[in-house]
Amino acid sequence: MSSPRDVVITGIGLVSSLGEGPDAHWQQLTRPGVEPVLDATRFAPYTIHPLPEIDWNLQIAKRGDQRQMETWQRLGTYVAGLALDDAGIKGNDELCATMDMVVAAGGGERDEAVDSAILAASESRNDRDVLLNEKLTTELRPTLFLAQLSNLLAGNISIVHKVTGSSRTFMGEEGAGVSAVETATARIRSGQSTHVLVGGAFQTEHSDMLLGYELAGYLHRGPWRPVWQRQGAEGGGVVTGSGGAFLVLEQREHAQSRGRKIYAELGPVVSGRARRRRGELSADIAALLKQTALRAGELLTISGASGAHAATAAEKAALDANPALAVRAFSTLTGHMKEAQFPFAVALAALAVDRKASYPVFDATVEQPFGGAPSSVLATSIGYHQFEGLGLIKAAQSEGK
Amino acid sequence: MANLRDHMGRPIVAVTGIGVVTSLGVGKADNWAALTSGKSGIHPITRFPVDHLNTRISGMVDFLPSSSKGASPLTYELAETAAQEAVSEAGLDSGDFGGPLFLASPPVELDWADRFSLYNSDNKESGSERLLRVARGLKELGIFETTQFGSIADRLADRFGTRGLPITLSTACASGATAIQLGVEAIRRGECDKALSIGADGSATAEALIRFSLLSALSTHNDIPEKASKPFSKDRDGFVLAEGSGALVLESLEAALARGATILGIMRGCGEKADDFHRTRSKPDGSPAIAAVRAALADAGLSEDEIDYVNAHGTSTPENDKMEHLSLSTVFGERIGSMPISSNKSMIGHTLSAAGAVEAAFSLMTMRESVIPPTINYDNPDPAIVLDVVPNRKRNAEVGTVLSNSFGFGGQNTCLVMAREPV
Repeated sequence: MSSPRDVVITGIGLVSSLGEGPDAHWQQLTRPGVEPVLDATRFAPYTIHPLPEIDWNLQIAKRGDQRQMETWQRLGTYVAGLALDDAGIKGNDELCATMDMVVAAGGGERDEAVDSAILAASESRNDRDVLLNEKLTTELRPTLFLAQLSNLLAGNISIVHKVTGSSRTFMGEEGAGVSAVETATARIRSGQSTHVLVGGAFQTEHSDMLLGYELAGYLHRGPWRPVWQRQGAEGGGVVTGSGGAFLVLEQREHAQSRGRKIYAELGPVVSGRARRRRGELSADIAALLKQTALRAGELLTISGASGAHAATAAEKAALDANPALAVRAFSTLTGHMKEAQFPFAVALAALAVDRKASYPVFDATVEQPFGGAPSSVLATSIGYHQFEGLGLIKAAQSEGK
Repeated sequence: MANLRDHMGRPIVAVTGIGVVTSLGVGKADNWAALTSGKSGIHPITRFPVDHLNTRISGMVDFLPSSSKGASPLTYELAETAAQEAVSEAGLDSGDFGGPLFLASPPVELDWADRFSLYNSDNKESGSERLLRVARGLKELGIFETTQFGSIADRLADRFGTRGLPITLSTACASGATAIQLGVEAIRRGECDKALSIGADGSATAEALIRFSLLSALSTHNDIPEKASKPFSKDRDGFVLAEGSGALVLESLEAALARGATILGIMRGCGEKADDFHRTRSKPDGSPAIAAVRAALADAGLSEDEIDYVNAHGTSTPENDKMEHLSLSTVFGERIGSMPISSNKSMIGHTLSAAGAVEAAFSLMTMRESVIPPTINYDNPDPAIVLDVVPNRKRNAEVGTVLSNSFGFGGQNTCLVMAREPV
């Protein structure tokens, strides 16, 4: 039964090492045997999936605006622009001014040269606090603070794309992406919002972004392997990637009244906070699976598994217990994009529903073939360290059916 | 019997617990006594050396066990302390709260003390290569967790037994108000019958101070610290960086009454509007702030003349106070010159991510106590800003409704409307 307040997806913006936009991603990801784009040397011993070449001018017209952002903010603003364009909202002042926004954000890029110089000087100084004042007051670029600040990704989306209905930034790694989609969905279903821009971006090509994982030893080292095959390998299992995903979520009635193409509609979106130290993660994922009201029959599952050993093993155990799930772990091909992970999974699920076709296996040794046209697709994001969420994306019902 | 639904048919949201920590002290009693006697918590910085710094004063919270342990531990302790006070006052089980958690807190970064100690624990290679290699050999998760944006909320969720995935958010200086708004909205949507909303900020590090300093945002009136924050004064020259926390237990009025809880106030409405003008400056016509105030009034179902008092954002920066005056004059018209508008920041400084929650707590107390805290340091009024700022001394007044403003860098504006009584 369709309702005017159903949540539908009318815009998708994607960037990863595979390219930009839904079409490029669909083409790449449905090509059997597609190889990941990797850079194993720049941050050795870590492998990363780098950003593709991007012409920032296409979404951020003013050079002045581009200069006010470091790469992470620029990337997120760019991907948000792609989603707005795709939904036919970009440049429409009325729709942008009434559009709500929930961005899942981490932090931006510090000045590595300044930090390295301070660390180097600290080897021969005991008054390190004074050293810090001395260097930071003279060497920090004054505008860098804003160019790296978490909530300024949303701020820049307002400035560049004029999205000003409301602006909220959620933080907390993958969980922020889950909560962003969950909250946006709840707002639309309750009639609080008619259209919401939701998503995130991650720019891994900066040593602090790797350090954020490596302080707990989460990064995979040595030769690259698919997400499901990193248990027991050197390091902690995560291979990161630069990229981002933004979605335009819209009330069905609102989308139909302006005659927009609907990719898919959102079913249940559920989240959790398993007490992982007590070994509850696999059981909690199983419980979340039940909440998404799985029906009989095969179900294509777009997994945001990070490769982190414990979390990925727990997710695999929970998914394997449901033989009907045909799993595709996209991080094998894109790398882990942290806050953007769940929006990215939802986007890939929506594309499969829209194109009425599945993705071939990304890892033939573990993933099972899926035939036919998926009418529902499951998206997962199990945090590498904490927080988890699932969403069911369904084929859009047309009015009256 | 009280009406349990608001003018839009949504569950009315009550406040049943309030907690607060600022540089003035721990808890409502100490804070309220200081605030209403016009006492300032701004003092010289002692947490780190002030060599080379233009600003050497702040409203840091220096009296908690975590005060010298870095931004993440202090932010956690501030949040926990305020939340404990709020949950206890609400008479709820402080280990099994049973509703969702919304936490406004500052973005986290690896602390410099940890950066130095990791780096200097080895001497091979240099820069980030060395840090990464040392990092992967760590056996404890302590430092890692200070760099994860979700960790403080995760610990709070364990501590208080909140339900589900906690939301950590940042809308810059509006964050605390956004945390309350998210709780209000969750209750109105019927997702829960209670929520714990916290704003906490213990991130006044040397680097944070320098960053704001480089943006020319901070007062440099170092000589008499307690005089530095002077909202709406002609010689105001920036805000004073500060720390603190505010926590509210929000409950549907129906659930609160059913369990016999004391109703401390009502969250009547929330409004927001983003600015698309500039990263640190507001649109010259004030339209986003005006829209945020109007949205909050509309959400509350109140007209302009039904607001008794405004708890101003009032940061003491030249820009904010001018724009706030413009916005409020536009919304309230001629009445603006005669309605009381005061800034708590004149005494506690700008608690950043916590400000919206701290000031909501003080707004609720203003109504309950029938006392309006003053704007102190109002010795040299700005002739371009004609407001009744409740200058220098508290005022006894019946206050039934409050508008509390929060306007953030990055253009995030959030306003809350609170009432003393249910309709």
